[in-house]
Order: sequence, then C-alpha cells, then structure tokens
Amino acid sequence: MSWLINSSIGRKFIMSISGLFLILFLIFHMLMNLVMVFSMDAYDMISEFLGANWYAIAGTLVLAAGFIVHILYASLLTLQNQKARGNDKYAMSNTKDASWTSKNMYVLGFTVLAFLALHMIQLWYNMQFKELIGAPDAISKGSELVVPLFKNIYYVIIYLVAFAALWLHLTHGFWSALHSVGWNNTIWMKRLQNLSYVVASIIVAGYAVVPIYIYFFYQLPI
Amino acid sequence: MDIDINIKVKVWRQKGPKEKGHFEIYELKNISQGSSFLEMIDILNEQLINGGEEPVVFDHDCREGICGICSLYINGYPHGPDEDITTCQLHMRKFNEGDTITIEPWRSAGFPVIKDLMVDRTAFDTIIQAGGYVSVNTGGAPDANSLPIPKHNAEAAMDAAACIGCGACVAACKNGSAMLFVSAKVTQLALLPQGRTEAMKRAKSMVAKMDELGFGNCTNTGACEVECPKNISITNIARLNYEFLNAKIRD
Repeated sequence: MSWLINSSIGRKFIMSISGLFLILFLIFHMLMNLVMVFSMDAYDMISEFLGANWYAIAGTLVLAAGFIVHILYASLLTLQNQKARGNDKYAMSNTKDASWTSKNMYVLGFTVLAFLALHMIQLWYNMQFKELIGAPDAISKGSELVVPLFKNIYYVIIYLVAFAALWLHLTHGFWSALHSVGWNNTIWMKRLQNLSYVVASIIVAGYAVVPIYIYFFYQLPI
Repeated sequence: MDIDINIKVKVWRQKGPKEKGHFEIYELKNISQGSSFLEMIDILNEQLINGGEEPVVFDHDCREGICGICSLYINGYPHGPDEDITTCQLHMRKFNEGDTITIEPWRSAGFPVIKDLMVDRTAFDTIIQAGGYVSVNTGGAPDANSLPIPKHNAEAAMDAAACIGCGACVAACKNGSAMLFVSAKVTQLALLPQGRTEAMKRAKSMVAKMDELGFGNCTNTGACEVECPKNISITNIARLNYEFLNAKIRD
C-alpha cells in the first residue's frame, strides 16, 4: 500500500477520495441546516441527538480524520509541486486559459479552513466539545447559538464569503476528484465539469439559505 | 500583406547549467513578416556573430512541427501565441512593428537549462525507456481488418500518438507535471491490442520513473492541454490514472 504515499497518482487518489468524502459530509450537514428553515424545534432535536453520544463522537472523529488527510496531502502536494516547478519563474506567463480556480485550490482551501476554524469556535466548541468535557454551560439546542449569530449582519457576510470560496473550490474539486480516480473520457469531460457546477451550486445554495433566512425572515419567539 | 518590421527581442542568456541567467535585449531591423520565428533568431545570431558576440543557443531540427525538439516560451506562451503549432511553425506575421518579444527557455526542475534557451529534456527519454514500448516484435503491418480494432479506439490511440514529446505540457504546468506526456504515451499503446498486454505494467513503471525524476503532481488545471501544440487531451490523464490505479489495486 506504500504506493498511496510514494506515487504521484496514489497521492492524488487520496486527495480525491478524501475530497469526495468531505463532499458527502457537506451534503449531510447542509440537509440538517435546511431543517432550520422549516422548524427550529426539529433542528434543536437533531442537534441534541448529535451531542456527546458515542455515535456522534465516532462520526466526528472520522470526519476530522478526513479533513486532516485532505489538508495534509494538499500541503504536501503543493510543496512538492513548487519544488518541481523550480526556482526560476517565467518573466511573462499568459497561460490564462486554465481556470483561476484550478490554479488556486490551495488558496481557496485555506480560506475554507480559516472559516472552518471560526465556525468550530462559534458552534462546535460551545455544543459538542463543552458537553464532552462536562462544562455546565454547554448548549444542546443549536438554535440558541445559530439565531443570534445570524442576526448579526457581519457574521452573515463572513459566512456568505466563505460559502463563495467553497463554491469555487467545489467547481474544480468535484470533477477533478473523479478525473483523478480515472472516471473520465472525451464524452464525460463536459458533463462532469457541468455537473461540478450543479453540485457546487446545490450545496452552497443549501448553506446560504439559512443565514439569509434567519437574518431577514426569522422572527424570534416572544 | 507581410511587411518588414523592426522589433526588439528580450532573450534569456545563461552561460551554463550552474550560471545565473539574465535577460538581454537586442534590436532587429527589417525582419520580414514572412520569415519564421526561428529564422528571425537565425538572423539575430548572424547579427551577434558579426558583432563579435556569442550567438543565442536554441533547439531546432526538422522545422516542420513533427520532431518535437523546438521549445521556447514566447511572450508567455509555450511555442508562442499561435494555436496548436510548434515554435518552428510560428511566423513573424504574428508580431507587429515595434513589438518587444520575450523569449524564455522551458522553466521546470525536470528540465534544467543547458545554455541560453536550450533545456535538457533527457528526462522524457528516460521515462520512455522505463516502459513506453512493446517488448516483443509484433511483425510488419498486418492486412487491413485482420485484427479488428474499434474505430473510436483507433482514433483515440492515433490522437495520443500525435504527441511529439516537446515538453510544452511541463513548461505550461504550474506543478511542473509530466502527466500529459506520460498519459499520451501510455494511451497510444494501451488502446491497441499489441500494446494492451503490457498496459498496466507500463503505466506503473512509467509513472514511477516520472515521479523519481522529480516531476510534479497533476492537479487537473488543464493548462497543458491548452498549450499542447498537438492538442493532446487531458482525458488521456484520466485513462492513465485508471490504468495505474487498476494495476495497483490488483497487486
């Protein structure tokens, strides 16, 4: 199994599989968020259900492993690629036909990671983590945190910017992941690239709906 | 109409592999737009030799776009600003009066500069030697249709075989990856019955050699495909990924 680490295609394979796994998680997370639009009580039930229970913790650990692998390999690949590029840079480079997104996946990934850190501090830390260590102020009802957060216009904007970065990351990431595992040909190339836009748009729209809904339409119960 | 133009060229000069390189600007007068780009460099070199300077070293051979030896990163494009041609097929009518043309060598750790604009592309030969062949003699050309091959396979194999191994893909790639080259060489053999038998072994050994020689990891930007003078498609890379992963999973 050393080929997964020693060969370039092996490393790409790991990027691809971990990326696809994270896309599955994104869809799962997005569907749970959407519950908020329909019923805050239902959402609170879900967030209570995903507290410090063994299955939720196991899921969190697997998920964390997925993120860590994806980020570590991204860093490793980026460093190796910079080395392969060499020290002398072109004085003039016009190869602009390759999309900006595809050339800046690492930068976009970092933007998403920075957002992830903020998001974990604001929500996960106060919910699952505090419950895990038995802190008395742990919050199990998700809406108690989410609603005040998205009544603040600055956080709404920060979250929407992060979703935009995620959208760009996914438009290249999705088809690229399938390309890396070898599922592509001249006929499917266009289809997969277009499907990438569809998948990225559905995921990001699902996420963006929640802060917009809460900021503009959600009335706090009196 | 082709006219005579006056231009400046900004050329990368580097005395040797270890020396530090720099740009030098030369003026050229009355260059016919009907001449080829390499003829323009020939004229420049004549001018330099007559002036007692050292001529610019650059790769060239067949001058008809099939040998794959010419290179040059011209105004930010491998093989110049024209589409789907090699540098030797580029003409001066792509440039205008008063232009300053920037000419650089391929820049990649896999292709170290030998002198001026000439780079060492031995790495590609080494990759081919690692498996880019059919091990047994398959005889002369068989009678037509004695060995049925689906049309789409024959077409795809021929398209991949158009690769001349010039290295523009590596030069254009932000990752210095040689995947387009290797995938074309793997594809042209894997799709035909004579090459199919060793396809998996070939994918493994050529990729191993490519990695060993320090080429980067492909991130599917597609810059190679755009700059390739022979229009090699990146779907070949997906095929190489498939062959390689399939081989490794079966091991």
